Amino acid sequence: MDKQGTSLVTELARARGLGASHTGTEHWWVQRMTSLALLPLSLWFVFSIVSMAGANYVTVKAWLTSPCNAALLIALVLVTFHHAVSGMEVIFEDYIHCKCAKLTTIVVVKFAGALGAITCTVAVLKLALGG
Amino acid sequence: MAYSSSRPLSPHLSIYKMHPGMIMSGLHRITGVALTVGLVLMSWWLIAAAMGPDAFARVQWLLGTVIGKLALLGWTFSLFYHFGTGLRHLAFDVGLFLGKDSSVRAGWMVVVFAIAATGLTWAAGCAVLYVK
Repeated sequence: MDKQGTSLVTELARARGLGASHTGTEHWWVQRMTSLALLPLSLWFVFSIVSMAGANYVTVKAWLTSPCNAALLIALVLVTFHHAVSGMEVIFEDYIHCKCAKLTTIVVVKFAGALGAITCTVAVLKLALGG
Repeated sequence: MAYSSSRPLSPHLSIYKMHPGMIMSGLHRITGVALTVGLVLMSWWLIAAAMGPDAFARVQWLLGTVIGKLALLGWTFSLFYHFGTGLRHLAFDVGLFLGKDSSVRAGWMVVVFAIAATGLTWAAGCAVLYVK
């Protein structure tokens, strides 16, 4: 512990423990949580796709319209998009050095990711609810 | 971050002796980017399925071409590799495999797992096709 008056970090900042990023470990933690969720979900998806190798549209549609598959698929889509966007965000933070280009890229990728996640969810719901 | 080129940078890639962990870590990122690109393909596949048989037939045709199959193969490997290195990172987070040798051993286990799982997945896919 620094002697009083020698540290530039205020007592409040130390107590909150959020560090230079101002968000603490939240980004890191969410990345770990989404990766944990993706372990079973991604294996389930690969297994399902393999079991449908060479299947026609009717078979694939029947699989997609099953409520259980639709629910897992929406979970997979939402968690995957979140995990992908937060991963790409770190890569852009590391390799784009121009602050303006960095911010623009991150915002564009976040919006595109959100739109992709919503569109895929709508697609699954349309099938599941018999559109 | 805004920085001026005259200021010193921390030591980077060129200064360190190459280590398996560096390649594993780099590949984790590269496969992550590949999977993000694959996510666009998966989205297209889902949206096409929702649009109807014609749109679905088009995406299935594309995935059936040589380039499509190669992309799927690359995607399968990327998934299992990223899955494995991700698991390795989760293990690091709880304090496992942090030793000099054990971290490298865990890395090689991931490489073997990724290659084996990719082979097994495609063999299973071929078996499903053959049975039909």
